[in-house]
Amino acid sequence: MNKAAMVVKHARKITRPTALEFIEGVLDEFIEFHGDRNYADDKAVVGGVGLLNGRPVTAIGIQKGHTLEENVARNFGTAHPEGYRKALRLMRQAEKFGRPIVTFINTSGAYCGIGAEERGQGEAIARNLFEMFGLRVPIVSILIGEGGSGGALALAVADEVWMLENGMYAILSPEGFASILWRDSSRSEEAAALMRLTADDLIKNQVIDRIVPEAEEGIEVNFSYTTSYIREHLIQAFREKERMPADELLKARYERYRKYGEFEG
Amino acid sequence: MNFFKRRNYTVVSTEEPVKGAKEPETPKEEAPSVPDGLWLQCRSCKQPVYKRELDEYKICPKCGGYFRMTAWERVEILCDKDSFEQLDADMTSKNPMGYPSYDKIIKKAQEKSGLKDAVLSGTCSIGGFPCVLAIMDSHFMMGSMGSVVGEKLTRAVEYATDKRLPVLIFTTSGGARMQEGILSLMQMAKVSAAIRKHSDEGLLYVDVLTDPTTGGVTASFAMLGDIILAEPNALVGFAGQRVIKNTIKQDLPEGFQTAQFQLEHGFVDKIVERQKLRETIALILKLHPTENGVSE
Ligand SMILES: [Zn+2]
Repeated sequence: MNKAAMVVKHARKITRPTALEFIEGVLDEFIEFHGDRNYADDKAVVGGVGLLNGRPVTAIGIQKGHTLEENVARNFGTAHPEGYRKALRLMRQAEKFGRPIVTFINTSGAYCGIGAEERGQGEAIARNLFEMFGLRVPIVSILIGEGGSGGALALAVADEVWMLENGMYAILSPEGFASILWRDSSRSEEAAALMRLTADDLIKNQVIDRIVPEAEEGIEVNFSYTTSYIREHLIQAFREKERMPADELLKARYERYRKYGEFEG
Repeated sequence: MNFFKRRNYTVVSTEEPVKGAKEPETPKEEAPSVPDGLWLQCRSCKQPVYKRELDEYKICPKCGGYFRMTAWERVEILCDKDSFEQLDADMTSKNPMGYPSYDKIIKKAQEKSGLKDAVLSGTCSIGGFPCVLAIMDSHFMMGSMGSVVGEKLTRAVEYATDKRLPVLIFTTSGGARMQEGILSLMQMAKVSAAIRKHSDEGLLYVDVLTDPTTGGVTASFAMLGDIILAEPNALVGFAGQRVIKNTIKQDLPEGFQTAQFQLEHGFVDKIVERQKLRETIALILKLHPTENGVSE
């Protein structure tokens, strides 16, 4: 198995810490809030407020489970439109109270289903992209496991995007890539190698800004190694960003995404 | 009948360049693939239509169904005569992921469509009202969005912000350009950011959803118009129908993901027939006057 395919396997491991475990590992006194105030409470998306070094921070995550039962309850970490709208509601609340935002992303992508289409999956993702470019508080997004497609991007418009050593971030799953381009999903390992979806690849083309290390003995074994790293660097990142006037922050966020693209002419 | 057989074969073979689109199950466009170019097959009634029977709106004389239009054909039915001036005409794609023979795929799509990539952008006036116009074209790799589409759209929107002009975008896309990997995903954010800036200046963005509009385009600028129009029967959705079927293991309801479905669920302002687009857009521009909004 090539390195990229190994990373994909790691990123999807059912034992991998979930978004809520990250949130609780990084923040103190976290309290979870529910619902999009419009349609439902999507359990694939979690969010609330906690303290980071004594300061309130809004945290949002896409939540998977450690068991089949938990995964069914979390819809395997694939959000419906109301999940993205719940996230947006909590982010707007963060802006109102001047709290920075951290997102923990772990999803193969937005859910594909009839209800999701009826309630505007495309609109929900699009609205988050649009609104996140205007939020006047610092945002850091951390890809903790799988980061798939627009469903991940919808929580990853940020001032800094970080990624776990064994995380992945791609336009779609390697299986999907192989089946669409080669009509052969069994070539997923080859696709993974081609897709440049590992943290090492993504820091080179500046899609991510920081690689978050995982303990050699495994993230499940020594989780606090990773959470204390995140904690320390998050305090620092928010301190830096909060010194910037909001207009400057938004300008930098715009430029961060403006640079993407390879073309001639 | 001999020509049926031949056309079907041709249809399959010319699907090759379309592979790059996110949704391979998207209804196929047979029209431009007929070898002699005289007969086209209507996607609605499946009847062969003699090309000369089609007027500039490309509406089936037998059933009223819409043939897909090229970007340049849309310029013809939309813009005031000779008003369209192209921006970034020569921008072409690189191969950021080192995808095997991407340059050949691009070249083939360029030959097939006569375009450098899947979007045409520029300035024009419509009914005397100036605007920045971008039209995606499904004949180029199923309108998939990679770096060039994202950059041309972003520049067009930024130009409009700078000149305080409204933006009009015609969408058609199978989704993200897979061959450019994560950079294609980033285009969704980039274009949405430009639209946000344009919007913050109090400027108007209108988009028209045409067949098919799916994937990353739906999940970004297609759903961000101040006013969203759609052509009748256009397929509009986020996920591809085959993907949904595989996920939920059941059949999809009749009329799922059509323009009418989107109207019914509140995601489209108005469905506008192709012959009425020009006057409808001119009226919308008139109803949103800006300091640059009226010419002549
Ligand atoms: Zn017909």
